[in-house]
Amino acid sequence: MTALRRFRPGAGWLSAYAFLYVVFLYLPVIFLPIFSINTAATPKFPLSGFTLKWYEDLPRTPALLDAAWNSLVVGVSASILATVFGILAARSITRYRYPGRRAINGLIMAPLVLPEVIVAISMLLVMLQLGLSLSLFTVVLGHVLVCIPYSMTVLTSGFEGFDRSLEEASADLGESAFGTFRRVTLPMVAPAIISSLLVCFTISLDEFIIAFFLTGTDATLPIYIWGQLRFASKLPGVLALGTLLLVASFLLMTVAEILRRRAARRTQNEGGLYA
Amino acid sequence: MPEQSQAARPHQSERPPLSERPMIEIRNVTRSYGAFKALDDATLTIKEGEFFSLLGPSGCGKTTLLRMIAGFDNPTTGSIAVGGQPMEGIPANRRPTNMVFQSYAIFPHLNVEQNVAYGLKRLRLEGTEEKRRVEEALAQVSLTGLGKRLATELSGGQRQRVALARALVMRPKVLLLDEPLSALDKKLREQMQVELRRLQQAVGITFVLVTHDQYEALAMSDRIAVMFGGKIAQIASPKEIYQRPVNRQVADFLGGMNFVKAEIVEEDGASLVVDTLGFGRVKTDKPKAFVRNGGAATLGIRPERLRVLWDNATAKFEVAGKVVERHYFGEITHLIVEIPGLEKPLSVTETNDFGADDIPVGTSIRLAYDPEALVAMAD
Repeated sequence: MTALRRFRPGAGWLSAYAFLYVVFLYLPVIFLPIFSINTAATPKFPLSGFTLKWYEDLPRTPALLDAAWNSLVVGVSASILATVFGILAARSITRYRYPGRRAINGLIMAPLVLPEVIVAISMLLVMLQLGLSLSLFTVVLGHVLVCIPYSMTVLTSGFEGFDRSLEEASADLGESAFGTFRRVTLPMVAPAIISSLLVCFTISLDEFIIAFFLTGTDATLPIYIWGQLRFASKLPGVLALGTLLLVASFLLMTVAEILRRRAARRTQNEGGLYA
Repeated sequence: MPEQSQAARPHQSERPPLSERPMIEIRNVTRSYGAFKALDDATLTIKEGEFFSLLGPSGCGKTTLLRMIAGFDNPTTGSIAVGGQPMEGIPANRRPTNMVFQSYAIFPHLNVEQNVAYGLKRLRLEGTEEKRRVEEALAQVSLTGLGKRLATELSGGQRQRVALARALVMRPKVLLLDEPLSALDKKLREQMQVELRRLQQAVGITFVLVTHDQYEALAMSDRIAVMFGGKIAQIASPKEIYQRPVNRQVADFLGGMNFVKAEIVEEDGASLVVDTLGFGRVKTDKPKAFVRNGGAATLGIRPERLRVLWDNATAKFEVAGKVVERHYFGEITHLIVEIPGLEKPLSVTETNDFGADDIPVGTSIRLAYDPEALVAMAD
């Protein structure tokens, strides 16, 4: 007992460490909303007064609205495509056993850890070789690549443990293959699919490097923000926009996680938690 | 729930004789996976209204056979007919069978009522007919009033009943049960055995049960098929299977059995006369499938067919030996008794009403037996 205690840091130190850790993670993020409601155009303390004018200016900036629209188009397309591919891959990984299954899973997940700038350059080279002109379409392709690992993670946790006998039971009760898909499979995995769509949309909305390399003249929101940083007077507007993106991402991810857990609970708790 | 003791062996309760009409005909069915045969040339007929069990250890092919009747798998060769109709090419959703799955497969996104009504939805019943049939099915399995519960709010036993109601409400010709009680604890399992048997007699549907639990099969079935390694070893009534197993494997699988080496002295159409070291010369019925293999044979006697003789009591047939081990099991005691001349000691089961639990190890005792209880079998 005494030997054990000697190697365990005191509870006080552990709490202090945890506190500093969280501060380090979130302090920079806190500055964003704080300065976005400050009347001064330069972000520095002490704060000079409260205002919402930076937010009010946002809808009056046509370039920003264009960028927001572009981001929406890219985000929706990329999330749908990535989720469709993710469904196919996740179904195969969770349902079937075949040689190379782990390797394939690893390769699909790899973009998570590849340096994004390298991925972006490689994709740029491929697009140009294929003779594709850079546009929002090429950005969508790039985002599909980076979204699939996230989509896979969410969907495999939703599909895992999906009891095959549920589909058999449906067939046994007289339902056709399509009817079984509509009445059993789809309702059970729907939360995971919606969760995947939300996660992918969020990733695409916030993604900068790939969009920067693969877009032509159309800016997405992160690219617009990057462009605005050159002008000191535009900084508060950028902070306001950044705050909105932050809040949107946070909300989307929370909803996605709730749905993912619900889907996982549905498929995995079957079979007698209370037995 | 109903009384336990009286219904412990429900098959012994009187019931009207079974119809002799075949409900399921399985003819020379083999299911191969490459070189491996999960089921090897199985032929059997299950009668209308019968409670039939497929009994065997895991991997014996019983579940494969059940799944082929349901339509989830197809025979490599051979044929299956249900209600006189060949099942070849008919998918699971158009077969007159319904199944209770081992995992119950309750739809977790639907409540109890919706689960039970699942198959009825496609039938598009008139007016309140669907509701009436769901209520009736829930009442049959004693779940009245739980219709609005979610599957996740049910206990294991309740899920089992939902699975049962969901299948019964379809009024199938055959109800297939894939190890339906294996996930329940012992008490609940015994109670459900009694209930399942009652339910089967009440609805009169042919039940086919897959199980690896010999007591379950013995307690519920009209007939049992014992399977090993993809082959059917014996098809008979529970009593016949237990008392007259065709070979050592079947005997061993259905409870304890003492095996005694024997020398054949005389053989005719119906009986065998054999010499044994411990039991002397014995005349027994010859099993139907007995194939003589030289002069040797095996006799078997169940541990509960040997009785301890107290004090000066005598019996017409007895063997003497010495107690070498004693194991206490509450209502019974297991004695291991060494008999001079037998290479393996005999296992004896005694109820604890006369003090078998107090016999000291090392005591010399005599055991009474009925020669009828010594059965000859193939090795």
